Amino acid sequence: MIKLDHVSKSYSTGAPALNDVSLNIEKGEFVFIVGDSGSGKSTLIKLLLRELVPTEGTILVNGVNVGKLRHRQIPKFRRNIGVVFQDFRLLKDRNVYENVAFAQRIVQVPNREIKKNVPSILSIVGLAGKYKARPKQLSGGEQQRVAVARALVNEPPILLADEPTGNLDPTNSLEIMKLLEEINERGTTVVVVTHNREIVNAMKKRVIAMNKGVIVSDEKEGTYVDEI
Amino acid sequence: MRFSTFIYTIKQGFANIVRNKWYSLASIATISACLFLFGIFYAVVINFEHIVDEAQSGVAVTVFFDEGLSEERIAEIGELIRARSEVDHADYISAEEAWNSFKDDYLGEYADGFTENPLADSSNYQIYLNNVGMQAALVEYLEGLDGVREVNKSEVTANVYDSINTLVGYVALGIILILLLVSVFLISNTVTIGISVRKEEINIMKYIGATDFFVRTPFVVEGILIGAIGSLLPLAIVYLIYNNVISYVLNRFTVLSTIVSFLPVNEIFATLIPVSLAIGVGIGFIGSFITVRKHIRV
Repeated sequence: MIKLDHVSKSYSTGAPALNDVSLNIEKGEFVFIVGDSGSGKSTLIKLLLRELVPTEGTILVNGVNVGKLRHRQIPKFRRNIGVVFQDFRLLKDRNVYENVAFAQRIVQVPNREIKKNVPSILSIVGLAGKYKARPKQLSGGEQQRVAVARALVNEPPILLADEPTGNLDPTNSLEIMKLLEEINERGTTVVVVTHNREIVNAMKKRVIAMNKGVIVSDEKEGTYVDEI
Repeated sequence: MRFSTFIYTIKQGFANIVRNKWYSLASIATISACLFLFGIFYAVVINFEHIVDEAQSGVAVTVFFDEGLSEERIAEIGELIRARSEVDHADYISAEEAWNSFKDDYLGEYADGFTENPLADSSNYQIYLNNVGMQAALVEYLEGLDGVREVNKSEVTANVYDSINTLVGYVALGIILILLLVSVFLISNTVTIGISVRKEEINIMKYIGATDFFVRTPFVVEGILIGAIGSLLPLAIVYLIYNNVISYVLNRFTVLSTIVSFLPVNEIFATLIPVSLAIGVGIGFIGSFITVRKHIRV
């Protein structure tokens, strides 16, 4: 599903953000990517979203060579990846329904389908009753649920979550992770970049640890690596 | 692309204006203020030029013929004169008309003492120019014509009008250019700031797979609408002000109406409407298009 083959990414100054990284994530896996600031996690997410292009190596996502994509091919590619950010990134001037429906409008789903799909995904994330609310009327946890609903409404095979619990309290963090686990159980490949030691340790999923642009450990049912 | 998607993006452009009402109001106010100044200045300048044009059209060059020149040759000279591009029109004054006019103007009842026309060789053409700046060239041409005895002209008047015309032309062009540049700068700056503030919105759209068209269209529609409203508002205000000021001035200072005539509002707006709309809508369109493009490559 996701395959990195000797991938490096260098910026114009300083050490490379990613240095000869190879990894393979199978369909239906739930993977944590952990590491301190500057370990290369964010660069990895940006490469998977084709916000950045690798300096060396090959990245295959859903069989697509990401580095070879042309600008006009990027939107279609991204529609196969649901993405959730730490700061939720909701459209503040639109209500919950419109935020989720927006992802469907982008892929040109007919209105009558949108009217079925959006309430359905909102009930999965537990926000069916709040479809009229604006983001600022919701708690952090609820906003993140909207972001998850938006990421999933088009049923992408992959969900990337970049520090999804970074702005949440422990209770909301746990609920969001449970939600991601449920989504994973429905068949979606989930990749979560996080700092949250408790959650990583509690969930017993595959953990890929990074440090200074290199993968330092990769364990099935792993735990947060303290001394990287 | 689905038609409904296309309509959705257009609708979003309209909705954005309401969603970002303070930005929309600020942009409309900026465009309106710039185009209002432009409209007022244009109306003043075009009227001033019109008044100078009218005054210079009263300046005539008079051509007298050699004694005993045949009627045919006089008619020929008339045709040659009227064929010149700088000539607006030329009136033939026969010796008899010249004498009658002279009698009426200066002699009155004392004219009865004359039995013959003392101005027998004074038949002439009075030539009115469409541009007094060309007077010298025309006079040179006329003096070179066979059968022409004398060419009378008012060089000082022509030069004064010509200088005024040139000066007004340059000053007007300069001020209009400055106003346009200031307008373009202010309007595009407003559009740029408005869109830059919504950079995050563009990023979100791009991350979830929106095409450039899908992201850009609402912004461009919004830019065009703001430009259109921002140009129509000052046009309406200038229209009202112009009509009221002209009728007030002509009523208050009746003597003015005998000296000058102002251009009808329709004549001014025939130019002002397309130019203002082109500036407002054009900058709205180009400004939003370019600014979105800067943020769209995510």
